[in-house]
This record gives sequence, structure tokens and C-alpha cells, in this order.
Amino acid sequence: MARFIKTGERTVKAISTASLPDIVFITLFFFMAITTMRETDVMVTVILPETTEGKVLEKKSLASFIYIGEPLEHFQALYGAEPKIQLNDTYKEIADIQDFIAQEREQLNEADKTKMLVVLKIDKDARMGVVTDVKQALRRASALKIMYASMNVSKIAYGQ
Amino acid sequence: MNFRSGGVKSFLMARKRRSIPEINASSMADIAFLLLIFFLAVTTLDTDTGLMRQLPAIPDPNVPQDINKINDRNILEVKVNKDNMLLVEGQLTDFSRLREITHNFILNPNDSPNMPEKHITYIPFFGNVPVTKAVISLQNDIGTKYGVYIAVQNELIAARARLREDLSKQQFGIPYDKLDEDRRAAVDDFYKVPISEAEPKRIGE
Repeated sequence: MARFIKTGERTVKAISTASLPDIVFITLFFFMAITTMRETDVMVTVILPETTEGKVLEKKSLASFIYIGEPLEHFQALYGAEPKIQLNDTYKEIADIQDFIAQEREQLNEADKTKMLVVLKIDKDARMGVVTDVKQALRRASALKIMYASMNVSKIAYGQ
Repeated sequence: MNFRSGGVKSFLMARKRRSIPEINASSMADIAFLLLIFFLAVTTLDTDTGLMRQLPAIPDPNVPQDINKINDRNILEVKVNKDNMLLVEGQLTDFSRLREITHNFILNPNDSPNMPEKHITYIPFFGNVPVTKAVISLQNDIGTKYGVYIAVQNELIAARARLREDLSKQQFGIPYDKLDEDRRAAVDDFYKVPISEAEPKRIGE
């Protein structure tokens, strides 16, 4: 009788989930390989302009990022809705760019210092006034290699 | 007796083996999921793309500017005013025509006297060839929208890139992207066409 029950139990075995960790680990490693760490919390709204000729940024380690755009909604009470410049994790002014560049350059090793690239992530609705000021500040800081970050699309529709 | 005891022993061993608990791996999946979700949260998938540009160095005040030496016929003046309107050589132009205009300007197929002049220059792989002296001057107002400015830059770069692509295919039979460094430099020299970003001015106010 007991024997009979035992064999009956064996036939209704649960579906093995033993391979589930393996599957999840594979997914995990896949994501670890193809993604990069988020370095800064973006505190401004940046909708990048669209281009067709954009090139892929190859060496992210050589790049420093400058964000320009409207502050996020919950910061607007404090900082207003005018486009602001974000360096690292705080809102900064034009005058701070030179220090920022010097600091970023310091972090690169000697051989890479000339290859430093500044990636400008600017909202498409920002005005050129602030962009030009940033560009002039970069020229003064002799960070001349820049990249205007953009969304690459196959075709742009001009309907402005 | 001997047989019996052996039988008991093997029976006990079997019991013992069965009673060794397997390490419970059911939480492994949870741990892995947790790690996965952590990585999904703190990493970004997007690769950055954009337009690479080289800013001009701050001019030395002791060195005279040679911008005035560029002949007027060699400069394509592209302006975007504060109302985001495009002016090419002072004429209101539609965005969709900019690429074609730039293409024609650089190429100057009929050697027109008010289009850029060509200068016979030696370029490796090409020999002595007429090389255009065209320069594109891009000006904007402080009120110009950044998106429009980038769109204009994109069109200018696209026009130049197409000429290089055509030349590469014609000369070497392979697309520009696949060229080795020397050949690419030669093609770049053929259509150098610097896009200069002038100091901002207030246009159309």
C-alpha cells in the first residue's frame, strides 16, 4: 500500500526549475556586457535633436558630458524653468566650465589628455545663446574636440 | 549473519545517503533576478551618437586674422536667424534644398566664376588634381533654436559626406567607411571643406 502511494507520487513530479538560475544568470551577464554604468543622474530634460550623420561615440572613458536643458519638474520650483547647465550632479554656471574641464582632464592619463572629448547633450529647444557661451568657455578651456549628441535617424522630416 | 549485517549496513548507508539534504538552490533564481534588476536599473543601454566637431582655438590677438583673405566666392554663407529661418548667401532658403545647394557649391561642376575656385594640388593616390577651396561659414543668432542649428549642421555634413562617399567609390571602388587611414585622409584632403562656426551675431533683429 505504502509502496503504491510512493510510486504514484513520483509520477506527478513538479516541473524542474533547476535551470532557471542559469537562464537568469545568462541574461544578467548579457546585460552586464552590453550596458554601461550610468554615471550621473540627469537633472535636466534633454530631448536630443535628430540627425542622419551622427557617429557613434567609441571611447566613453575619454568623454565628459555637459547637459543643457530645462530643470526637471520637481526642481523647477527652486531653479526656475529656464535652461540650465548641468555638470556632474549639480547645476552650474558658464564660469564653472573651465574648472570642470580641468578637473575632468586631470582624471585622464597623460596619453589620453589630448584626446579628451566633450559631449554636449543639449535639448533641441534650447537657445543658441547658452550653447554659444558654453562653446566659448570650452575654447577658453582649450577643450576643442566636441560632439553634439544627437539621435540618429535614417531620415529627418522638416516640418517646422 | 555476515550477509545479514552487510545487508543492514548497506540499508543504513542507503538511508543515510538519502537523508543528506541537497543544497537548496531555489533561491538562486531570486538572487540572480535581484542582480539582474539591479543592473537593469543602474546601467544604460543607449550608445551615444552625435556630430563630431572641432572648435577653433582662441585666436592669438598678436597674429593677424587671415579670415579676410578668403575670397568671397569661396565662402558659402549659411545663416540661421532668431526666427529659425535659413538664409543661404543672404537668400531665404528651404531646409530641404540646403543639401543640394551645398553639394553644388562644393562641386562647382561648370567652373562658374562666382562659385569656389579650384587649385591644382598634389594628393596621394590622386596625383595633381583640382581641389576646391570652398569654405562653409555657419552663423547663428543667440535666439536660434539648437535643434534647427543641428539640423543645418547635419545637412552641411551630409552634403560633404556624400561627395566623399562618391569620390571614394569612384576612385577606390569601396565605400568611405571601409577605407584605410591613408586613403581616407586623401579623400578628406580632396574635399576638405571646413565648416567654420563664426562668432555669433544678432541677425534679423
